[in-house]
Amino acid sequence: MDLLNALVAFLNFVFIPAAAYGAQLALGALGATLIYGILRFSNFAHGETMAFGTAVTILLTFGLQAMGLTFGPLPTALLALPMGIALTSLLVLGTDRVVYRFYREARAAPVILVVVSMGVMFIMSALTRFLVGVEDIQFTDGARFVINARDFREWSGLEEGLALRTTQLITLVVAGLAVAALFWFLNRTRTGKSMRAFSDNEDLALLSGINPNRVVAVTWIIVAALATTAGVLYGLDKSFKAFTYFQLLLPIFAAAVVGGLGNPLGAIAGGFVIAFSEVVVTYAWKQVVAYALPGEWVPASLLQLMSTEYKFAVSFAILILVLLFKPTGLFKGQSV
Amino acid sequence: MSKLLLAASASALLAGGAIAQETTDAAGEVKIGIILGFTGPLESITPNMAAGAEMAIAEVNAAGTLLGGGQTVTPLRADSTCVDSAAATAAAEGLVGQGIAAIVGADCSGVTGAILTNVAVPNGIGMISPSATSPGLSTTEDNDLFFRTSPSDARQGEILANVLQERGVTDVAVTYTNNDYGKGLADAFQTAFAAVGGTVSITVPHEDGKADYSAEVASLAASGSDVLLVAGYTDQGGRGIIQNALDTGAFETFVLPDGMVGQDIVDNLGEGLATSFGTMPGTDSPGTTAFQELAAAQNLDGTSVYAPESYDAAALVMLAMQAAGSTNGADWAAKVMDLANAPGEQILPGELGKALDMIAAGTDIDYVGATAVELIGEGESAGNFRELEFKDGQIETIRYR
Repeated sequence: MDLLNALVAFLNFVFIPAAAYGAQLALGALGATLIYGILRFSNFAHGETMAFGTAVTILLTFGLQAMGLTFGPLPTALLALPMGIALTSLLVLGTDRVVYRFYREARAAPVILVVVSMGVMFIMSALTRFLVGVEDIQFTDGARFVINARDFREWSGLEEGLALRTTQLITLVVAGLAVAALFWFLNRTRTGKSMRAFSDNEDLALLSGINPNRVVAVTWIIVAALATTAGVLYGLDKSFKAFTYFQLLLPIFAAAVVGGLGNPLGAIAGGFVIAFSEVVVTYAWKQVVAYALPGEWVPASLLQLMSTEYKFAVSFAILILVLLFKPTGLFKGQSV
Repeated sequence: MSKLLLAASASALLAGGAIAQETTDAAGEVKIGIILGFTGPLESITPNMAAGAEMAIAEVNAAGTLLGGGQTVTPLRADSTCVDSAAATAAAEGLVGQGIAAIVGADCSGVTGAILTNVAVPNGIGMISPSATSPGLSTTEDNDLFFRTSPSDARQGEILANVLQERGVTDVAVTYTNNDYGKGLADAFQTAFAAVGGTVSITVPHEDGKADYSAEVASLAASGSDVLLVAGYTDQGGRGIIQNALDTGAFETFVLPDGMVGQDIVDNLGEGLATSFGTMPGTDSPGTTAFQELAAAQNLDGTSVYAPESYDAAALVMLAMQAAGSTNGADWAAKVMDLANAPGEQILPGELGKALDMIAAGTDIDYVGATAVELIGEGESAGNFRELEFKDGQIETIRYR
């Protein structure tokens, strides 16, 4: 019986990875939910926006590295991030001007906008592939670990190692900062309040003199910032491959819907719910239980509720349960 | 959702191909379809594979003696997507509409089976895959139209089991990419490993291109094994799993089959692979070096996975057409086994022009090619494998098996 080892194994294999993944999903879901809340459609191009933002940031990072600029123990990509956000904002603002504005002024039904966004998704995904290609790209530099599994084992004398990657820590910190900034903006500034007003009731907002073009533009810029940040953090933590970002779309929308579409707080909660449920339900608990219980009580099986290939089924089961019993999501969002 | 998108993108590709057809259709032209996953999980290695096949085609065109001369071979690329059978079938049908006489491809086992059953067999078109390795394809009904220049995974499973046994590993955790290739290889390995007295402690499938592999690694770690066999792809879930396992300290030694071997993974993981080992198809035949030199002259990485097999697949198609004196699928397919196997004059990469002349003159040839092609059974490569280690950021060949 060794509770410390059990705790470390739990932290190492369940808590830390799920928390970092959850933060990445939460940032992605925040962007998707903002578009749903304010522009009133599900943006299928969101994953590709993340990919584009990351691709631009990667190119800028390589530029900075070529100039000999680095960020000490932190990844250089963080330096390139603001510029990447600016370029991604230009892209989405341009897309809005060329594509979405037409449909918005025609007051097109949301489902039409969804299909339009799929078209945008194809163009953006091609653009990203032209920019950086289809290969897997590693652009993380700086110190790799805050806590290294082997060092931790030697330092603590425990059997289990604990690893905390720099990128995981950065993900959590940056996600926290971004969310705090977003909520401050939405709740405290005039523009933020006008965005919420626009989201609550478009006609009333227009009557009270809110400039819709400004609201739309600001929304896109914030979405570009969130998407690029989420994409870069994800790419730093794993690696960049254009194809993966398309696949991120599903868990991101699951997170947004579970939390309540259009509700920023819900998007964050949804991100963590999806990430933790994926890991917790499919984890083989034998290792942790073996440390926590006296020897003869330890079962021979792996104590795995569900095999890992069902982890997406877990998110979707939660999604269906939420939609059945609480169609507006865990936090009160718009019903779908 | 993803299937819908892939189907849509495939039909977009087809539309593009149909426009091209009107301008290139000329007399004396033999069209060969190259169906590989230019989008999807294998999109990073397929360009090299297609380039390998097109090298062989360019060589034959340069010789200008195919089918009595005056015939040029035109490669037509199409996207198999690797994962979506419906899209791959549609792409192959599009090529048939353009009048192809042979198919080089497909890449992944699942879509290869789909194209074989739905397109190649009904239309009587011969097909040589450079990289489909699922054991299931050995028993698929093919009217003798299907060959592959890659060995079945059943063979690689045995090789892997032997390597592990010789290194004294008796208990291993296995993760495989959840498709025909991964599942076939994992099953073949498990059977072969059990036969030599080893135990597989846990088998965990993983999906490619997914966001996060913490859950898979956590389960694998819980098995208590020290060695992890990863039957996946270098730039996909396989690499994600290894990276995650290294970071969390779950495993330090990995066994890497062919799909996991590539310079990119060694560059990315470096020291993390110091104690790992693997296998990939390969031989020490002079053809390999000859191919690498040819490829290097055209700025192609000749060591890229399945690029040599692709060259051989395309070369075999054209040599067989020469031997049959026909582009009809059943005719040329009947010649493939003769050409690929001894006896006869040995043909290496770069000697396709010579081979065409010799066939025309009635000399028996044995196509050795870039991968020492030797077709067995239903027309699949007998399989020469290299045992590899990954010390100091280099892929090092320990021995040939």
